[in-house]
Order: sequence, then structure tokens, then C-alpha cells
Amino acid sequence: MPVFSYLAYPEQGAKEQLLKDLSELRYCEITTAQNEELLILLTDTPDEDSEKQLQKKLKALDSLQSLGMAFGHMDD
Amino acid sequence: MKLDRRSFIKLMAMNSAATAAATLFPGVSFGAWSTTEMASGGIVWKKTPCRFCGTGCSLLVGVSGDRAVAVKGDPNSTVNKGLCCVKGYHSIQILYGKDRIQKALVRKNGKMVEVPVAEALDLVARKMQETIQTHGKDAVAMYGSGQWSITDGYVASKLFKGCIGTNNVEANARLCMASAVTGCLTTFGLDEPMGCYEDIEKADVFVTWGNNMAEMHPVLFSRMLATRKNRTHVKIIDFATRTTRSSLAADRSILFRPQTDLAVANAICYEIIHNGWVNWDFVNKHASFHKGKTNIGYGTEDHFKFKDKAETVDFNAFKTFLDDYTPENVEKISGVPAKDIKYLAALYGDPDKKVTSFWTMGMNQHTRGTWINNLVYNIHLLTGKISSPGNSPFSLTGQPSACGTVREVGTLTHKLPHGVVMNPDHRKMAARIWDVPVENIDPKPTYHTVEMFRALDRGDIRFMWIQVTNPMVTMPNLRRYRDGAEKEGRFVVVSEIYPTPTSDIADVILPSALWIEREGFFGNSERRTQHNEQIVPMPGETVSNTWQIMEVARKMGFEKQFPWSEETYIEDIWNEYIQFHDSPKHRMAPFKVLKERSGVQWPYVNGMETKWRYNAKYDPACKQKDFDFYGKKDHRAWIWLRPYEPPAESPDSEYPFWLNTGRVLEHWHTGSMTRRVPILHKAMPESYVEINPDDAARMGITNGSDVKISSRRGSLVMKAAINGRGNPPRGMVFVPFFDEKYLINEVTLDAFCPISKQPDYKKCAVKLERA
Repeated sequence: MPVFSYLAYPEQGAKEQLLKDLSELRYCEITTAQNEELLILLTDTPDEDSEKQLQKKLKALDSLQSLGMAFGHMDD
Repeated sequence: MKLDRRSFIKLMAMNSAATAAATLFPGVSFGAWSTTEMASGGIVWKKTPCRFCGTGCSLLVGVSGDRAVAVKGDPNSTVNKGLCCVKGYHSIQILYGKDRIQKALVRKNGKMVEVPVAEALDLVARKMQETIQTHGKDAVAMYGSGQWSITDGYVASKLFKGCIGTNNVEANARLCMASAVTGCLTTFGLDEPMGCYEDIEKADVFVTWGNNMAEMHPVLFSRMLATRKNRTHVKIIDFATRTTRSSLAADRSILFRPQTDLAVANAICYEIIHNGWVNWDFVNKHASFHKGKTNIGYGTEDHFKFKDKAETVDFNAFKTFLDDYTPENVEKISGVPAKDIKYLAALYGDPDKKVTSFWTMGMNQHTRGTWINNLVYNIHLLTGKISSPGNSPFSLTGQPSACGTVREVGTLTHKLPHGVVMNPDHRKMAARIWDVPVENIDPKPTYHTVEMFRALDRGDIRFMWIQVTNPMVTMPNLRRYRDGAEKEGRFVVVSEIYPTPTSDIADVILPSALWIEREGFFGNSERRTQHNEQIVPMPGETVSNTWQIMEVARKMGFEKQFPWSEETYIEDIWNEYIQFHDSPKHRMAPFKVLKERSGVQWPYVNGMETKWRYNAKYDPACKQKDFDFYGKKDHRAWIWLRPYEPPAESPDSEYPFWLNTGRVLEHWHTGSMTRRVPILHKAMPESYVEINPDDAARMGITNGSDVKISSRRGSLVMKAAINGRGNPPRGMVFVPFFDEKYLINEVTLDAFCPISKQPDYKKCAVKLERA
């Protein structure tokens, strides 16, 4: 049951689109910065397979420039 | 509200991301966070001052259930405006170290054995009474801290000075800002800075005198950098003995030889006078000239005594005195090029520039610490650049309540909460408020910190209670004082949160509640008092230091003086304490106001804080037009004739290097808290010795190799750091003192300023060898 948090950087001018795209993904919680082009993405997947699927979907997002991991936890 | 494990992990994940974002984008705001948090199990935000340095940042601590889970800077605080440094962001993790002391321990047959707290407190009271009966009242002592909450220091002073009748109360702030106190008292007659942090946004020039603000006061440093970014003419001058991160960020880095800041400050005054930059209107109305004793010694011998004597002189005497300090002469002493001295003088002398000077340990941990404080005030007084927005000579404190608990409560041997023990009126006031016979309060000070530990070694002191500090790491010439404390017939009580080299020598260890586990107050560098409520429960059997002292006092028969209940004692003590400061010069804010706000500056008069003292426009205590230095009887600030005198020990053929010691960004003092925070520990896992690359190459020392550092007092082996975070000049090494594995204070010298009695941790002679 992995939990990760990331700083999510949108492509230029795509912050709202990124918020929308991430909101549509399962297992994702998003918090937007009010005064910076930045979002916090928190993922809480039930197992490793779901995590891998989610990672693929994240990589496919056109509105996402990059993710910087801030926290990671996986149960033993 | 209960929080399950999964929700807790998610909260930590969110907090980590928010912290990372705040580090990369200072001031970033996540308005929707509260929504997320509520969905994650509920979080409540409570304000508190930060636990670490004297800046006094206000934090918001996020609490879920009984646990602190998040930290953010308080946007309502004028100190940090929502920012924190790396220690502040990780501060709550100091609560949760695995080896937290949660039970009382008593030494029995050489082993520490757990006992109920009440039993340990009984033993402390009994031992103190027995010691007083056998050896006299001056055989018991309390050694506290600038990390004491205000109420801790207040009840300690009341018990020892008012009830027991001994002036054996000292605090580790003697080691960090006593020279700032005596500097203020000798120049202005009253303690603590006249300015405030708003000076940072108003100044055109900053001169930092021997302090590395980028690491030691990072939030204030970032405010300074922001000022320079917003107002491009602003300059930052780093005047120091070694190159640091502050030097690299400054517009100009000027290095001087250790101790010669005295000569440079005088040369700046010489230049100001000889270039016609004196603000005569200010000087004629508000300054007077004085000289004191010279060749005043270094205090390295037991029972050292010194008393300065002021003699009034005139401006011409001051001008003649400065004739020895031409920039060219001072270049030879200090190594600072005459053109750089003239440049500094021109900045101070320019009537169109507002100048703020900052300093901390470089000037205070100095065998002429009082003098160098006086001399920097001289510069500001000659030019009239003082007590007005942006014009500020400003001593920053190192600890969160060095000002609040030590300077204001007066937890030093000669002090009372108002005034000094030598003054009969001050003793009368204390006796009245404390409800003790005035004869109880001894008019003679006893031991300052170094002499107190010498007295423990000699056997003049037999019982010492140490709270919130770690002297078995921090005392200079440490080996003597550790051996002394461990001698037969000494009884040492240590109130602590984690095991330390100091708790290792204890006969009793009392488990203390930490920071937000109890209600309290800190007072920061800019005269700002901050209250925190109890935010999380006390773990195990821990109790507040205030309560420990009150319980012992009651067991010793002083119930009348300590009548307060567990529910209201912090508020009750505050209400008693502020009677000592009930005048426009120092009035403190009422409890209710402190509880509501993120800090309040004193003097607090008619509902208003005082930002700039001694200036009639801002300070209601002024009785004269424009400026009034009302701390002195002549209502003038004193300009002092203070010469350059060499340090107690200088490099020679046998010990050819200067040793300089200090702190690093990631760790708080001796590291007993921050080294238990994994991210801070990983960032700076152990101490090291900084060596100049040329010296290292000449001696065949490579980065990371083992080096033996020796002085006449001790030696240790540690890893070399070459071209690391800091870079000392040739002939100097620098060692941070945060790491108890490397006790650098076994090497340092216990010389001190004869006026302030503050030791000099910045200068002694050592040799280096490849190990």
C-alpha cells in the first residue's frame, strides 16, 4: 500500500489543466499552490500493481512537466 | 480526534511536500491544504515561537489527535512572515526521539535507577537542605539557560535568590550574550537593543561584525537579501575572521585578524572624525565621553576579580586617543587594508545612508567583548545613526529566550528581575513582590558561570541543579570542569529530555517536558515576548521545569511563595513577574494579549508596542525632544575610549594556529535535539575541522583525512574539511561544537571578558598533526 507525495510542476500555462487531469486519476489527492505554478500530488494506491498503472498514467499527462518526490512509504 | 496509521502517513507525506515546496519557493501558500487535512483525519493549527535560535520565528504547529504532525511558518508573524529555516520546519521531530527521557532516574550504587518523579524531587529537596546545613547557602547552585521558558527562570531566581538567599543562579546565556548586556549597560544604562527587525527593510547598508547570519539567523538573513533584491542600492558587508556562506552572499567580504576588530572600530571612528562626518547636533545633545581601566586581564585564574571605573573625558580626549588608530596603523595590526577601513568608515559616515550593524558571538565571545560592543555603539553614536528606522546597532541573540529569561528575568548572579542585587531599592522591590524578608536577598553577587564551575571543582559548591543546557559539552577548558563535577562529595541534578554528556554525570535526572508539551513564554532578540500554550501532552512522567522547581521549593518549606495550582500556574507567575517591569521603560504585555498575538514587543504602553527605544517619536518613556537615553543619569549615551588589547592566547611556534569554534545551520547548539532529527542528522552527520587549502597542502592533509588538534589543555582527532562550507584564512582552523563525539571544548581556553565574564570561544592557540 504505497503512499507518495510529489511536487508537481505543470507545463507553462497548464496549471489548471494539470489540476483537472490529476483530479480525474484514481488514488490521487491534489493541493494547488495559490501563488506559484506548483501542485502537491499525494498518491495512495492499494498495491504495487495499481501503483505501476498510476505511474504510467502520470507519465502520459501532457500537462505535467515533471514530478519531484518529497515522501515515499511502502508497507513491508 | 483519533488518527489511524494510514492517515498519519498521508499527513506526513503532505507535510513533507509542503516543506519541500516552502524551501524551494519561500512564501508559497497552499490555501486548500486545510480541506485536504480535514479529509485526512483532522488537524488543528496552534501558534508557538520556534524552539531554536533567538530570531523568535512564530510557527504554526499542526496537531492531529495527541501528536504534532506538521509545521509551517506563521504568516501573521512580523518576525518570519510565514518563513522558517530548516531547523524550524523539522522542529516537531525533536519531540519524538526514541531515547526520550520519560522517567526520573536516581544514581544508586553507581547505577541510574528509575524512580517515581515525586521520589526524585524529594531527594533533590533533601539534598539541597542537607548541603545548605553542612556547607552553607552558597554551596548550592542553579545553572539554567537561554532556552528556559520565562517562568522557569523566574521561579529559579525566586527560590534561590529570594527564599534560599544565595545568588548562585547563572544561565548558559553568560556564554553567549553577557558582553551584549554589559555593552548595552555601559553605553546606554539599560539592556537590550533599541531597534527591531523592521530595520532590515529600512537600512541601506548592513555591516555584519563577525557573525554568519546565513547559517545562524537564516530567516533574518533572507529578509536582508530580500531588501537588497527590492532596493538595488542596498549593500551587505561581511566583516569577519573567516569566509562563510554569509561572506559569499555579501557585496563585500572583509577579513580581519582575530581580536583586531577593536582596532578597526577605532579606526572607523578616526576616519569619521577626520573626514568631518560627525553628526554634531546629535553628539552635542545626546552623547558624553568616558574612559575606563586598561590592561584588564583575562580571568584565566581562579577568584579573578575586576571592576571597571569610568572617568568622564571630553571629545578632544577621544580624538587624541584615536590618533593611534589611523587606517594605516590599523592595517598593520588587523591585516585589513587601509582602503577597506576607509570604505567602511565612508558607509557609516555618509549622511544619506541608513546603516544597521548586526553581531552575535564574534563580538560577544571575546575577551574584550564589552569593549567591542561599546566601540560599535561609538560608531553609530558619532554619526547619529541609532534608534531610528534603518539605523540600528543590533546584537542578535543565539537562544530563543536569552533575552526573555536571562536578560529580562535576570537569571545571572548579580541580577534581579528588576535591577541588580547590589542596589537596596531593587532588593526591596524583589522582597515585596516575592513576599520574603529583604534580608534574604544577598547584596553580593557570587559566581559567574566559569567561576561557578570552578567553585564546583574546588568544592565551594557542592550541589548543582542544571536545567535545559549541556555544560559538559559547552564549557571551555571542559576537562577541568567535568573532572570537577565528578569529584567525590558533589551532587548534580540534571533536568533533561535526552541523554547527554551532562546527564551522564548526574546523580538525579529529572524528566522534563519540552517546548510545546507545556505552556510558556520566550523573549527574542527584538524585545518580543511570545506565548505558547500546551499543544501536545507531556510524555511519560515528564513535568515542566517550572513545576519541578516549584515542587522542590514547596518541599523545602516555601509553600507561601509558590502557592499556584497546576491549572493556572503559568498565568499566575506571569502576572507576578510583570510587576517588576511596571514602568514605561519596560512594561510587558498582559497575559491575555500575549495569548492572542504572535508576540508583543516591550515596552508595551497604553496598548502600543515600542519599536524604537530612546526616540521620542516612538518611545513613550522619552522625556526629551527627539532622543532621550534615559538609562543614564545624564540622559546621554556614553562614547567609550577602549583600546585594542591582544587576546589571552595567540599562536606561537609550538601552537601555530588559531582555533575558532561555532555552529552550523542544521544543528542547534550541542545537537542533543537536532541530531535526533533524521533529516538534519543526515545533512550534517558529524563535526569536522575546516582547514585553509594552502595549510592543508603544505601539511599533506587531504579532505576527509584524520587530523589531530591539540592545545595546552587537550586534543582530539577529527576529519579535515577543505574548501567546504566555510574557509578559514591561513593559520586558522574552525570546528563546529554540535557533536558530542568530538568535544572541541576540551581544547578551548576558559579566558573571558573581565567585565561581562563571557568566555572567548573564538581564539586560542592549537597545533595540527596528521593522525
